Amino acid sequence: MSTIRLRARRLDIRHGRIDLSHGAGGRATAQLIDEIFRSAFNNPILDQANDQATFDVPAGRMVMSTDGYVISPLFFPGGDIGSLAVHGTINDVAMAGARPLHLAASYIIEEGFPLADLQRIAASMGRAAAEAGVAIVTGDTKVVERGKGDGVFITTTGIGIVPPGLHLSAELARPGDAVILSGCIGDHGVAIMSKRANLGFDTEIRSDSAALHGLVADMVRTEGAALRLLRDPTRGGLAATLNEIAQHSNVGFLIDEASIKVREEVAAACELLGLDPLYVANEGKLVAIVAPEAADRLLAVMRAHTLGRDAAAIGTVVADEQHFVQMTTSFGGGRIVDWLSGEQLPRIC
Amino acid sequence: MKHIDEYRDGALARSLAAAIAREATSGRHYQFMEFCGGHTHAISRYGIEDLLPPNVQMVHGPGCPVCVLPIGRIDDAIRLAMRPQVTLCTYADLMRVPASGGHNLLRAKAAGADIRMVYSTLDAIRIAATELDREVVFFAVGFETTTPPTALAIRLARRKQLSNFSVICNHVLTPPAMRAMLGEPGGAHVRVDGFVGPAHVSTIIGTQPYAQFATEFTKPVVVAGFEPLDVVQAILMLVRQINEGRHEVENQYIRAVTADGNLIAQREIAEIFELRPSFEWRGLGELPMSALRLRDAYADLDAERRFEVATVAAADNPACECGDILRGLKKPADCKLFGTLCSPETPMGSCMVSAEGACAAHWTYGRFRDRARVAVTVTVADKAFA
Ligand code: SF4
Repeated sequence: MSTIRLRARRLDIRHGRIDLSHGAGGRATAQLIDEIFRSAFNNPILDQANDQATFDVPAGRMVMSTDGYVISPLFFPGGDIGSLAVHGTINDVAMAGARPLHLAASYIIEEGFPLADLQRIAASMGRAAAEAGVAIVTGDTKVVERGKGDGVFITTTGIGIVPPGLHLSAELARPGDAVILSGCIGDHGVAIMSKRANLGFDTEIRSDSAALHGLVADMVRTEGAALRLLRDPTRGGLAATLNEIAQHSNVGFLIDEASIKVREEVAAACELLGLDPLYVANEGKLVAIVAPEAADRLLAVMRAHTLGRDAAAIGTVVADEQHFVQMTTSFGGGRIVDWLSGEQLPRIC
Repeated sequence: MKHIDEYRDGALARSLAAAIAREATSGRHYQFMEFCGGHTHAISRYGIEDLLPPNVQMVHGPGCPVCVLPIGRIDDAIRLAMRPQVTLCTYADLMRVPASGGHNLLRAKAAGADIRMVYSTLDAIRIAATELDREVVFFAVGFETTTPPTALAIRLARRKQLSNFSVICNHVLTPPAMRAMLGEPGGAHVRVDGFVGPAHVSTIIGTQPYAQFATEFTKPVVVAGFEPLDVVQAILMLVRQINEGRHEVENQYIRAVTADGNLIAQREIAEIFELRPSFEWRGLGELPMSALRLRDAYADLDAERRFEVATVAAADNPACECGDILRGLKKPADCKLFGTLCSPETPMGSCMVSAEGACAAHWTYGRFRDRARVAVTVTVADKAFA
């Protein structure tokens, strides 16, 4: 009797915690989905309450991308795992030049996780999705025993549609092309790491987590024909992104450190943490490779968008069979920006 | 960040570089050694070579603590760590240093040895204090800079009466290695017209210990910080000394270094450590009075004595040129293994492991120059040097 009465009640968000019944597929699961996720995501396709989402698609080329989010801490300055899971996957879809259509979200939640935190994450996802105009149309929840997870893991999958005639791909960079970076680097990684390391800075460093498809749409609409490829420099930072492109396109890069913007407080934190901002993750930046004659026009289009305000040309693609990313340091000398090898280890001398 | 940017300013760098180019008399060849791995790293990372005229060349020195540690000592550490009761604490840099027979500490750890990576000696003390059933051994490496923290750990262990803590001491000294650079009797040595002297080491020992190089060997020494402008300015100061026929110890790093150094740290070191009659350096061989061990009064905290460690000399991979590189006789690109079998992912020698190692620095920042370079030859000095 008492059990039935409990389930009939609404979830006690303030004090409640996830237990194994929330993942068992019974009423408790249904209630969790209803009260936390459906209300946060709020859209007609999800409301059909099927095990899958059904919708019409426009004709043309589709893009699909999936990504798992396991970030710790779950909440950080400038976002949380929920907004990140929305932005990250939207960006992966958008980097094909596509317009993102829908998202799916899957949760693995650890037993004992506070319902209040879950609701906060779901609300943040709902908000991020609504702001981006990309609905979360289907999802899944699983609960694992205490100790078998780390709070919550989220996987999001996105689909999108590529405008007709547009083809962006990692192997399309050609010698002479311009390299454009949409803004300051290092904000996301440093926001996370300084939170972890408990660095007491006066100014809080915020993650740059943002959905870039609006910026991409402007770029594609005006200079799509001249665009070769887009990439968002997430894990491994700008360095990894440029090295990947160099490899895939069989070219090299010549970049200019002085044109790469790093916020003063980010640079200071990197110094303290012994990191190089070139290797630090971003979640709201993109790198565009574009035909040289269109570079200035593309820059102007990007700068007109809030997320591209600080866009700058940072270098050029060069012929190089060894795929070196060469950089003129702001100090004046040359170096390469290699793949990161191992972790950046502390100094002993 | 203003503070740091001041020492990385491109415009200042260009004006210093212009001064060097103007003052380095053409027809004369200047060859300076940066002793420290920290300087090697800065030179590579900021591309300082590109700011120097062709007749001013830098030669990498042996001041990379991980690089000069002989393989036999890593073997000791692995053997110790394999003892079931031992927990070996070490800095992360050492984990991938190649030991005999293709081993390293990382593999020993995977094979079940209890090896913990620590960020400071205090982490090791904490482990000893909380895990009383473990024999916690701290593997101490480094030049004079890292010796005071080891001394502090020893003091703390004594005060807390931690009978399960000990140290295997590999601390080495800078001046004897600099002497070795200027010519061990009979051996080949690189021509060095002057030294860019250690930064952090000098905060401890001061500038006085370098006087011998100025007087006895007539080599100028300019102690410099690790920021790129520090290095470029030190090079200019060296060029000026040479041009003016001076050979003095000068201090570019006055914001951190004094003539006498840190007397409290020196006293602390002298209280706990004493000179070893001789110690083997990787690449440089046996150097007399070049390393420290624990004094008898601290014998109980000396892992070498507690576990009767008997170091067995072991040979490096015969193709690895680290020895000649550490003595300034060769450059990383001269090694056949560089970039083929040896890279930071699969290091064959410790110069490719440490960020301060010449091979790692060249791999990470400078290797694009190799294809354009007309084989750089390092001038070897005559037997009778100035
Ligand atoms: S490249 Fe590798 S093998 Fe060659 S000298 Fe350097 S560390 Fe030794």
